[in-house]
Amino acid sequence: MTEKLLISLTVNGRTHDDLVIESRHTLVDVLRHQIGLTGTHVGCEHGVCGACTVLLDGAPVRACLVFAAQAEGRDVRTVESLASDGEMNDLQRAFSAHHGLQCGFCTPGFLMLAEGFLAERPDATREEIREVVSSNLCRCTGYQTIVDAIEDCARAREESR
Amino acid sequence: MTERRGTWVGSSVGRREDPRLLTGQGRFVDDIHLPQMLHAQFVRSTIAAGTVVSIDLSATLAVPGVVAAYTAADLDMGDITAILDRPASEFVQTDMPVLARDRVRYVGEPLAIVLAEDPYAVEDGLEAARVTYDADAPVVSDEVAMAPGAPLVHEAATGNVLVDVSMFATEGIDRIIDEAPCVVRVRAKTGRQNALPLETRGVVASWDARDEQLLVQTCTQVPHQVRTVMAGCLGLAERSVRVLVPDMGGGFGLKCVVGREEIAVGAACLKAGRPVKWIEDRRDALTASFLAREQRYDVRAAFDGDGRLLALDADIVCDMGAYSCYPFTAGIEPLMASAELPGVYKVPAYRVRGRAVTTNKAPTAPYRGVSRPQIVMVMERLFERAARELDMDPVEIRRRNLITEFPYTGINDVTYDPGSYLESLDLCERVLKDEGWYERRGAARSSGRFIGIGYSCFSERTGYGSAAFAKRKMAVVPGFDMAEIRMDLSGGVTVTTGTMSHGQSHETTLAQIVADRLGLDIAEVKIHQGDTDRITYGFGTFASRSATIGGSAVARAATALGERLLALGAHLLETTYDNVELDARRVRRRDDGRALSFEELADVAYLKAHLLPKDAEPGLTASATFDVHGDGTFSNAAHGAVVELHPGTGQIEILRYVCVEDCGVAINPQVVEGQARGGIAQGIAGALFEEITYDEQGEPSCASFIDYKVPTAGEIPDISVHHLETPCAFTESGAKGAGEGGTIGAPAAVLNAVNDALRPTGVELDDTPIRPETVQRALATIGVFA
Amino acid sequence: MKPAPFTYHRARDVAGAIDLVAELGPDAKYIAGGQSLVAMMNFRLARPSHLVDLGGLWSELAHVRRDGDSVRIGALTTHHEVETAGLGLLSEAMEWIGHLPIRTRGTAGGSLAHGDATAEWCLLALLLDAEIIVQGPEGRRTIPAAELFLGFFTTTLEPEEIILEIVFPRSGRRAALTEFAERRGDFATVVAAVDLETSAVVLGGVAPAPVRVPEAEAVLASGGSFADCAEAAAAAIDPPGDANGSAEYRRVLTRTLVARACEEAQS
Repeated sequence: MTEKLLISLTVNGRTHDDLVIESRHTLVDVLRHQIGLTGTHVGCEHGVCGACTVLLDGAPVRACLVFAAQAEGRDVRTVESLASDGEMNDLQRAFSAHHGLQCGFCTPGFLMLAEGFLAERPDATREEIREVVSSNLCRCTGYQTIVDAIEDCARAREESR
Repeated sequence: MTERRGTWVGSSVGRREDPRLLTGQGRFVDDIHLPQMLHAQFVRSTIAAGTVVSIDLSATLAVPGVVAAYTAADLDMGDITAILDRPASEFVQTDMPVLARDRVRYVGEPLAIVLAEDPYAVEDGLEAARVTYDADAPVVSDEVAMAPGAPLVHEAATGNVLVDVSMFATEGIDRIIDEAPCVVRVRAKTGRQNALPLETRGVVASWDARDEQLLVQTCTQVPHQVRTVMAGCLGLAERSVRVLVPDMGGGFGLKCVVGREEIAVGAACLKAGRPVKWIEDRRDALTASFLAREQRYDVRAAFDGDGRLLALDADIVCDMGAYSCYPFTAGIEPLMASAELPGVYKVPAYRVRGRAVTTNKAPTAPYRGVSRPQIVMVMERLFERAARELDMDPVEIRRRNLITEFPYTGINDVTYDPGSYLESLDLCERVLKDEGWYERRGAARSSGRFIGIGYSCFSERTGYGSAAFAKRKMAVVPGFDMAEIRMDLSGGVTVTTGTMSHGQSHETTLAQIVADRLGLDIAEVKIHQGDTDRITYGFGTFASRSATIGGSAVARAATALGERLLALGAHLLETTYDNVELDARRVRRRDDGRALSFEELADVAYLKAHLLPKDAEPGLTASATFDVHGDGTFSNAAHGAVVELHPGTGQIEILRYVCVEDCGVAINPQVVEGQARGGIAQGIAGALFEEITYDEQGEPSCASFIDYKVPTAGEIPDISVHHLETPCAFTESGAKGAGEGGTIGAPAAVLNAVNDALRPTGVELDDTPIRPETVQRALATIGVFA
Repeated sequence: MKPAPFTYHRARDVAGAIDLVAELGPDAKYIAGGQSLVAMMNFRLARPSHLVDLGGLWSELAHVRRDGDSVRIGALTTHHEVETAGLGLLSEAMEWIGHLPIRTRGTAGGSLAHGDATAEWCLLALLLDAEIIVQGPEGRRTIPAAELFLGFFTTTLEPEEIILEIVFPRSGRRAALTEFAERRGDFATVVAAVDLETSAVVLGGVAPAPVRVPEAEAVLASGGSFADCAEAAAAAIDPPGDANGSAEYRRVLTRTLVARACEEAQS
C-alpha cells in the first residue's frame, strides 16, 4: 500500500490544500496532472532540458527535480500566471514578435526562466541573456530569436521605468 | 515582424499558433486525460541480439497499481512491414513485429506492454518483470555486418544487406577517372544521431463506442499512415480508426514513421477495455526510438586541370539498424544519397552504389535533410581537396562547376528548376569578405591562432510529388495533397489540409495563402489538420512538402471557392461573371461598384437557397488537390562559417555563420528564417556534438542528456540569413520548400571551416562529429599544446 | 523515468533530522537541493526508502558570514546565493556550476556531501583548506577538506552526519578556478584551481577524488614559471580515459588549465 501525503501548494497565487500525493511525485507531475496546469512541460526528467522550468519563490527551478512535498509552503509560479484577463504580457508578446517559438514545447520553460532572471537582473546585457538562455534546450529556433525576444523585453522594461 | 505589404504572402505576420502556445494553453498528447485511462510503458530488451527464453510478468502483475501486462502472445497483431517494389537483389523486406516475439534485435526493443493506474506504478511494474535471454554476438557496425561470416540480423538478408542499388553507372567512367589529371578521394563516416524533438513520442488510445472507432491521439507527422498501420495490424477497417493529432513538440522526421509502441497501445486499449496512454521517457527516446545519419562514404572525384569535375564515383553504406521503418523502408537514406549526390554541380559521369546495412541497433527513420547533410559534406570536401591539389581558391573551384543554366537535367536523371546557386555562393562569400574575415584569418595565422573559413553550396529538393516518390519504388507513394475549404455565415473560412505542422507555422502560412486568394484577414481563416476523419486524405509533413504541395492544394481550393463566390455574386448583382471581382470581403461589380459582402452571400447560399441560380448547389465549399508530376522543385543555399580552434583544449568556437538561402517566394520570411536557424543548429549539432555509439555488446552510449550533447545557446551563434528569391514556376504561391536547408548545409560549412583552420597542421578531418580532442591531437602534430 | 517509492520526512531542526536518520537506518538519505539526488532517483540509480528533507532548515543552515578574509558558508546556502554574495573567487566559481536553475536549488553542503571529483565546491574546499563542520549522533566534529574526499562519489561523512557549515579561512584573493567542458554548463572534463598565496594546485576529473598536486605546488613554491608548474601537474597525474576524453587528452587539458588558472590568479 503506497503511503500518501496530504499537502498544500500555492500556485499562481491560489492555494490548493487538498492534494493527495505520493512522496515521490515530482512538482511538475503534480502541477500538470493533479492541479491541471499543463502549460509546464516534461522533456527529460533529469534536469537538463528545462522544459519544466517554473518559479519557486521567484527563482527559476527545474520542476522535475523538486518533489511536490518539498514545494509546500513556497510560492510556485507557472506560465499560466503571465497573461492576465486573456492578454499576453510583454515578454510573451516579445516572443511572438521575434518568432521566438515554433513548436512551443520549450516555450513555457524559457518564459519562466526569463521572468525569473529579469526580475533579478533587469539590466542584463545580451551576452548575459544568452548565458541564461543556455540553461534550456530548444530544438526548433536555434536560440537567436529567443535571445532577441528577452533582450527586447528587458530593454523596453528598462525604458518604461 | 514587418508591416503587411498589401498581400499576406511575403509578410512576416504574427503567428496564429502563438497565443495558445505562449500562455500554456496548447494541447500536447501528455496533456490529454480520459476517464479510466491507464498508463503504459514497455518492458524492453536489455540485449542487442538473441532470443527471449522467458518473460515472467507475474511479479509485475502483483505490483500495486498494475492492471495488466501483455506480450506479443496476448495481443493479436500483424507486423509492420514496409516495402520497396524492387527485385530481391535490390531489396530485402523486414517484418517488424509490434512486440518482439522470440528474436530480439536491438537493446530497447519492446517485449511487453505494462498497464497501470498511474505513471509511477507502471515503472514499478517494469522493474518487476523478469526476462531471460539466450544472447548472441551482436552486429554493432556496418563493418562487422558486412564482414564474411558475420551473424545475420535477419535470415533473409544475406551479408546483412537490406538494400543494394546501383543507381547509375556512366559507361567508360573508369577510363575517365584513370586518365584524369586530378583525382581526389573522400572517405568519411558520420555518427549516429537522434532527431530529438523536445517532446518525446506519445499516444492516447481509446475506444469510442458511439463512433465505433478506435480513437488514436498521437503526435505524429503522418496521421493517415498511422491509421493504415493501426487498422492493418489490429484487423480493423480504416474507418474504424481515427487518428487525431494534437499540438506537437517537434518531429524532424522521427515522427513521420509509424512506431511499434503506437500500435501496441491501440491493441492494449482494445484488450484492456480502457483508454491507454503511453508517453515515451527520455531514456527510451534516446536509446530505443528511431535514429539516423550513420553513414559511410567512399567517393572519388576526377577533375581536369582547370578544376572542372569530370566524374564522380561513390560507394555509400548506411547503417539502418534492425528494421525498415514504415513507410519509407531502409532505402530512405541510401537511395536519397545516391539520387541527390551531384547536387548543384555539373557531373558529366556518375557511378554510385547505395547500400542499407542492418545491424543490432534501433532502426533508422528519416531525419531532417535525410542523407543530404552527408552528401553535401562529401561533395564539399571533394572540392576542398581538389582546390588544394590544384592550388585553386576553394570558392572559385565551386563556381566553375555550379549549374547556372536552367532547367538542367543532370546525370542523375533529375531535372533542376531555376535556382540561384552561383548567386547565393557569391553573396555568401561577399558578406564574409566585406566583414573582414579573410583579413582576420590572415592576422590569426601570423599570430599563432587558428581561424578557418568554410563554405557549403547545395540544393534541397522539395515538393516531392507522386512521380518522384514512385521512382524510389516505395509501396506507399506519398505525393499529393487534398484541401477543402468551407465558408460559414460569418464570411470566414475553415480549411482542411493533409499536411501536419509540428512547428512550421502552417496555421499561419497556409492561412496567408488563403487570405490573399479571398481577400480575407488571416484571423478569419482557420486551418485544420491532423484528423483522419475530418481530412479527406493526406500524407502529412516531411520532405519539405507542405508549402509546396499542401500550400498549392489550399490555394487552389481557395481559388475555387472564390470562383463560386464570384458566380453567386454576379447572379445576385444581376451582372455577368466577368464584371465582378473579389474586394475586401465582398464581391463587387467592376462597373458601378455595387457589392455584396461575404456574409450576405453566405446567407443566401445557406439560408435562402431559393435565391440561388438554377444550376447552383447550396453552401459555399470547394475542394482541390495538388501533386507534382516532375522532379519537384529545388531550393538552394550557400552557407559560410568562420571557426576558431583553441589550442590546449581543441575547442571549436563558431565565430560567424552566414546563410544565403533561396526558397522561392517566402510566404512568411520570419518563418523561413526560423527554419533556417533551427536547421543550422541541428546541423552544427551533428558536426560537433551529437553522436550515439555502441559498445561491443550493442549497448548504446547515450541514455541521458549528460551523454547526448544537444547544443545550447552557448554553442549556437547568431546566424545571419539573407534571402534570394527564384520563384517556383508551378506551385501556386511560387514557394519552394524551406524546412530542411539549414540541416543540409551546416555540417559541410563547419567541417570545411575546421579543416581550413587546421591547414598549418596538414591534418584533414572527414569524419563527424569532430570532438575537441581530435582537434587538439591535430594541433599537437605541429607541437601546439596551448 | 519515475523514482521508486519512499517515505518523505520533513526535518524541523538539525538534531531532529539526525535522530530520524539514525532511527530509519542505512536506507535513509538527506535531501537538500536535490539537483543530483532527484535526477539519480528518477533513473532509479538511487533508491532510498526514506528521504529526510532539510529544506526547511534554512534559518539554521543557510548563511554567508564574513570575518576578515575568512568566510563561513552555511551548508544549505544555494550556489546562487553565493554567486551573488560578492565573495571574490567563491562567487566567481559558482558561475561554472551548471546553469542558473540548478544554482537556485543546489547547495554548498549538498555538493560537498555528493563528493563529485569535478565539483567546484570540492575543489574550492581543498584549495582554500576549508574546514567542514558536521554534526552526527555522536555530536559535532570538524573535517579538514583534505580528509573529506575518499574516492568516487565517496566522502568520510558518516551516513547520519549533516554538514552544518563550511569555513573558508581565506577567500582566495590570489586564486582562480577554471575548467573545460564541451558545452557551457556541462560537468567538467578537467577542473584546475590554483592559489598563488599558498602555492596550492588542485585538480578535478583526473582521479576518483579531487586531488592536490604536490609536484606542481613545489614548482610554484620555488618560484618556478606557470608553464613549468602546468607541465609538472600534467606529468604527475595518471588520469582515466572515458567518453569525455582519453588519458592523454586529460593531461593536455591539465596543462592548459593549470597554466590558465595561474594566469587568472595573478591578474
